[in-house]
Amino acid sequence: MADIITLRYTVSPDDFTRAGEASSDVKNKLKQLGIAPPVIRKVSIALYEGEINMVIHAKGGEITVEVSPESIRMVLADVGPGIPDISLAMKEGYSTAPDEIRSLGFGAGMGLSNMKKYTDYMDIQTELGIGTTITMIVNVT
Amino acid sequence: MTLEDARRVLGARVLVGENCLDQEVGTVCGSDMMSDVLAFSKDHSILLTGLCNPQVIRTAEMLDIICIIFVRGKRPDDKTLEMARDTGLVIMETGHRMFSACGMLYEAGLRGGAI
Repeated sequence: MADIITLRYTVSPDDFTRAGEASSDVKNKLKQLGIAPPVIRKVSIALYEGEINMVIHAKGGEITVEVSPESIRMVLADVGPGIPDISLAMKEGYSTAPDEIRSLGFGAGMGLSNMKKYTDYMDIQTELGIGTTITMIVNVT
Repeated sequence: MTLEDARRVLGARVLVGENCLDQEVGTVCGSDMMSDVLAFSKDHSILLTGLCNPQVIRTAEMLDIICIIFVRGKRPDDKTLEMARDTGLVIMETGHRMFSACGMLYEAGLRGGAI
């Protein structure tokens, strides 16, 4: 494997049927690179939760995934409304998703806490009206 | 228990993956909320759900779930079934409701797995 492999994706806004395409592609590429299945599973779940959030709350955005021999670093950047209260948003069960999204099976308020649970590092930078950037790292070794 | 055993217990009909029913299954997760499935499901599981949209397939794919059984006679559209085919999932449908389907599989020996 080269030292660092970078994957970039644009997440389409308001297209719920396509949400998860980036996560699916990352999962397939990590399999091809021979990354251990438990690591792939953690990356897949965390990234998919983040991708779904970008579609539901932020009208899409950009995902960058850097794969190195030591870790997988995911950066999800959007220009959405921002998160007013991060500690409240991290609370299991808290959600601002509309009923329409709940009827599609999401918006149970598990997304951010699940992303933290499945990663070794997570950082949220957010500014109201400007956007949110979430960085997550899953250690490979 | 294999997927074929589970199929027989529920009297389910296979929609995708007819040739993959010899896979061993460890646990079962029953939910219409994919957020909860993502938080609590184990790999090599069966997902029982009544929700029919493409994100059910994506959720299963991310979690390494091996089979989705749609309850209450729900049946996803052709595009969703095609996605399932591409990801190697087994898809079944049963007329049983969620509670009954969970109970029948539990009685047959399957468990939910600890959180």
